[in-house]
Amino acid sequence: MRIVFEKRKHVSRAVRVMVPVLSLVFALVFGAVLLLMSGVDPFVAYAAMMDGAFGDIHSVSETMVKAIPLMLTGLGVAIAFRMVFWNIGAEGQLAMGGLVATGVSLYASDLLPSWSVLPAAIVLGMVAGAVWAAIPALLRAYLQVNETITTLMMNYIAILLVSHMYHGPWRDPGGYGFPGTAKFPEMAWLPRIYGRAHAGLFFAVIAAAILWFVLQRTKWGFELRITGQNPKAARYIGINIPRLIVTAMLLSGALCGLAGVCEVTGVMRRLQQGLTVGYGYTAIIVAWMSQLNPWGVLLVAFLLAGLLVGGDQIQMAMGLPAAMGLVLQGALLFPMLGGSLFAEYRLRIVRPEPQTAGSPPQPIAKESES
Amino acid sequence: MTGERLAVPVLRMAGITKHFPGVLANDHVDLELYEGEVLALLGENGAGKSTLMNVLCGLYRPDEGTITVRGERVDIQSPRDAYELGIGMVHQNFMLVETMTVAENVVLGLEGLSFQPEFRRVKRRLQELGSRYGLQVDPDAYIWQLSVGEQQRVEILKLLYRDVDILILDEPTAVLTPQEVDDLVEVLRRVVKEGKAAIFITHKLREVMMFSDRVTVLRGGRNVATRSTSETSPEELARLMVGREVLFQLERTTCELGPTVLEIEGLKALNNKGLPALRGVSLTVRAGEIVGIAGVAGNGQRELAECITGLRDAVGGDVRVKGTCITNCSPLRAIREGVSHVPEDRVEMGLVGDMTVAENLALKAYRTSELSRGPVLFPDGMNRFAQQLIDGFDIATPGPHTQVKFLSGGNLQKAILARELMACEGLLVAVHPTRGLDVGATESVRELLLEQRDQGTAVLLISEDLDELLEISDRIAVMFEGEIVGVVPAEDADRDRIGLMMAGQRLDEEGAAP
Amino acid sequence: MNLSLFTSILSITIRAGTSLLYATIGEIYTERAGILNLGVEGMMMVGAVSAFAVAYHTDSLVLAVIVALLAGALLASVHAFLSISLRANQVVSGLTLTLFGTGLASFLGQRLGPGGTRLVGLVGPSLGRFPIPLLSDLPIVGSALFNQDLLSYGVYAIVPLAWWYLYKTRPGLYMRSVGENPQTADAMGIRVGAVRYLYTAVGGALAGLGGAHLSLAYTKGWTENITGGRGWIAVALVIFAMWDPLRAVIGAALFGGINAVQFRMQAAGTTIPAALLNMLPYIATIVVLVVITWWETLRKRIGAPGALGLPYAREEKG
Repeated sequence: MRIVFEKRKHVSRAVRVMVPVLSLVFALVFGAVLLLMSGVDPFVAYAAMMDGAFGDIHSVSETMVKAIPLMLTGLGVAIAFRMVFWNIGAEGQLAMGGLVATGVSLYASDLLPSWSVLPAAIVLGMVAGAVWAAIPALLRAYLQVNETITTLMMNYIAILLVSHMYHGPWRDPGGYGFPGTAKFPEMAWLPRIYGRAHAGLFFAVIAAAILWFVLQRTKWGFELRITGQNPKAARYIGINIPRLIVTAMLLSGALCGLAGVCEVTGVMRRLQQGLTVGYGYTAIIVAWMSQLNPWGVLLVAFLLAGLLVGGDQIQMAMGLPAAMGLVLQGALLFPMLGGSLFAEYRLRIVRPEPQTAGSPPQPIAKESES
Repeated sequence: MTGERLAVPVLRMAGITKHFPGVLANDHVDLELYEGEVLALLGENGAGKSTLMNVLCGLYRPDEGTITVRGERVDIQSPRDAYELGIGMVHQNFMLVETMTVAENVVLGLEGLSFQPEFRRVKRRLQELGSRYGLQVDPDAYIWQLSVGEQQRVEILKLLYRDVDILILDEPTAVLTPQEVDDLVEVLRRVVKEGKAAIFITHKLREVMMFSDRVTVLRGGRNVATRSTSETSPEELARLMVGREVLFQLERTTCELGPTVLEIEGLKALNNKGLPALRGVSLTVRAGEIVGIAGVAGNGQRELAECITGLRDAVGGDVRVKGTCITNCSPLRAIREGVSHVPEDRVEMGLVGDMTVAENLALKAYRTSELSRGPVLFPDGMNRFAQQLIDGFDIATPGPHTQVKFLSGGNLQKAILARELMACEGLLVAVHPTRGLDVGATESVRELLLEQRDQGTAVLLISEDLDELLEISDRIAVMFEGEIVGVVPAEDADRDRIGLMMAGQRLDEEGAAP
Repeated sequence: MNLSLFTSILSITIRAGTSLLYATIGEIYTERAGILNLGVEGMMMVGAVSAFAVAYHTDSLVLAVIVALLAGALLASVHAFLSISLRANQVVSGLTLTLFGTGLASFLGQRLGPGGTRLVGLVGPSLGRFPIPLLSDLPIVGSALFNQDLLSYGVYAIVPLAWWYLYKTRPGLYMRSVGENPQTADAMGIRVGAVRYLYTAVGGALAGLGGAHLSLAYTKGWTENITGGRGWIAVALVIFAMWDPLRAVIGAALFGGINAVQFRMQAAGTTIPAALLNMLPYIATIVVLVVITWWETLRKRIGAPGALGLPYAREEKG
């Protein structure tokens, strides 16, 4: 008896939606097991998580706080992944965006008219993220250096740099011993909508719309999709692949830098610990789970943020370890990865033919669709 | 050639049936093989020959049918089972690991190989086998260092080393020079003289007549006939293979030649391994003519096409299109100068499988004002353009929004041709355009090429099918080891002469024809 | 150059490089079989935390090492299942493994202390130095090379062993064929899937072992981010080593050396800010990668295993 995978002739919409849904179910089951092992009733825990994340307007706003950076970095990572450029450096690009925005907010307020400080911080922060992404991009585009490792190394460098700055040269002298910069002047504050949720949400939605339009309706987006799906064909029709890689990564880095800008000007309003908490890595999960679709990224980011916020809530209330949320994230993606196989292939169980003399044997093929 | 016909065949396949999604590759096929004979398995591309043999050597499982070896019913579940029964196959794409030596490749997967393989013993046996059958090769050489003919020898040695006595060869002559083909005939004769048997898969009638004792013809997945080679003829075999009278000659009108479109002068280039692939090629193609490039694969044809289309840099010489020098320019520049390219790797290079038919058809034209303005694309424009091409070139597809990977081979090629011909502004470079296509699609493609030529395009046709070149080219240039050894008009071309040139003999040399 | 400084640096180099070398050799084996496993960081983390936890609770270092091996192998097997049987995208699967492994290690670190509390900050049994008689008395190098812990000695043995197995044995031959050209290996009767599963697990086990060295010998104890990106540096070193176990030693020595220099400079009270020193290994990784990748001609002949990262399926197609 053998299990045979047969390539599907047509991948229906239904299948493509079912796969992430089933993966979610699978992950919830896995999480339930972990919860049980920690001596917690999973139903109570999940209910508490839902309530903590979406229960009232305050919870939703807190969920938004985590969702916005995930949206922006998720969009950035999605663009890169579309080019099959494994941008693991979202975390570092976010950090650099936050770092430069901090510099502008703290030190440019004397040099610039007050209305321009925040826009300058935003623009320069995006540039910083773009530059940080451009370095591995150039290395890959022109020297074929593996980008998985270079983008990751840039993360460590950026995180160390940020930490160094707010512990050292930019440390607030009146800071009561807590390492961090002084609070930004009000002109550099990104306006908030409700609670701590801030205007970065608009940036995220606009970015998603722009990204969708670029991918589906522009020549550049067309070329990007072609290159991601078949670089040989891209070259053959005359696309300048190195240039495309660099421009796509500038965009990707800028979006991640923007996430960092929003974090420091909208949420924390200073530079301190709490900027680099793993959004850049979670963004990878967000991008992959949404199948690199910009609107999908917004949705998945929101749901995943709910998971994180809810996880924080039950951690405090039920004494669960902080890493629970991290574990659940990983648990979510594994079935997603496995599930993607079923989207493309069908399962068939084939039994060997019984060797009887005379009559031609009939194959017993059981088709189990999933 | 006498083969001892025993009462019981050494191999019998009965009622073999094999399905794949959407296609019935083998339909209750019967086949018999006797000791000491060479059996040809003849059929067009897609007739089911490779499938049948893959079933025999354990790579596929049949849905129905039985296999009997030396009188006993067997169940072949894997290549290992096949080897145990003495059955082995030399595939068209060699199953060799390039970065390993000959000896290492031969012992790969060998039954009873010790933990620390004793290569001295292996090498000695290889040398023995080599001299016995005429398959000499250096056991310590790395596969990437060997010529294609030598690599094939390694493949056959792999089988003989394992005491295989039913050898299957899949299109073995596709990559050989005429001289190497003669060597292979000799090897096969020696092999079967000892009581082994061989099946070779081919679609070339001449080889059937040259090599085999008997021939089985497959068509549309069915066994339509088995003949003794001495009692049949190429015409009969062709008819059996194709099922209708085959047009061996297409209508070809003489055409007015226009100005020179492509001019190559002293072109030199390296291949991917850094070795010289083009050693000073000079050639011209004028508007309204088809120049065919003949030659065994691997003599620089691929590199030539790549240099003209901007996919490879030259290290010397010039390429000029309509007077403009395009040596070492980008593919985009070549396209802008009017060069169209129908590539060898159809699916890998010419198409994006997951994208729609419309998107693929637009791959060249999306930069034009019909389909885009500034940075923005017009999807409606793209669809209209695609529908135009689908209708004009008769491409069978459910619609322009179907993903192109679901199209059949012939329609894929039509789609690429449609796109390239629409975009063509002077020069068309077509590389193996009919490879792997069935007869109907092949004829369409050749007609399209002739049409293009009649409209005044210059066409450079690279093909391994000499018949095709003779059929539609105006002139034929023969390439050997990176040089053009001769250019002859196709009209009264002497096939033997061309064969000699393919093997390296120059046009002006006096050589005794074999 | 002050000889005792040299000896000291050599000693720290070996100590620092041991975990890196284990992980690198493990990943070399995995990639030689054709599987790209980017989860090395996660596997090292899990190896580190499980080794320390077991050592703390059972006082048995042997058991700790065994558990680390198993933990790494187990985690790698998940990646193997996804990559081989389910043909998932290997890059994303490996990344997920790192995220998951890091989170899991953190989770366990919070839970595996005495009575279910934290492991951080606890002091447990560690691997002491074991000077080899006679050899450790050799001038200059003796006290560096031959006065190390057992796992470091283990690495001395594993490197030549790994090389011999890869190039001189039958299983090594089969492994290389699977990584270079799985279609051929399959046609010759080698079970491609099984081979890939095996060496992915082996790679995971060695990564776990590397992690164990960190928590049992180098850093002694468990802290968050104990690996500090070593798993990633190991992945880069595989490329630097051109998939050869002997060359891996050079890479590990280089990075061990950087660690050692960092250490000595900080101990000697330097004015260079700590952050900059800490950045050195990561900057060095990038530089090394660029130089190696740029050395093109070499790459063409001794390149990555031909089928690295590509899923293999005996294509049933007409």
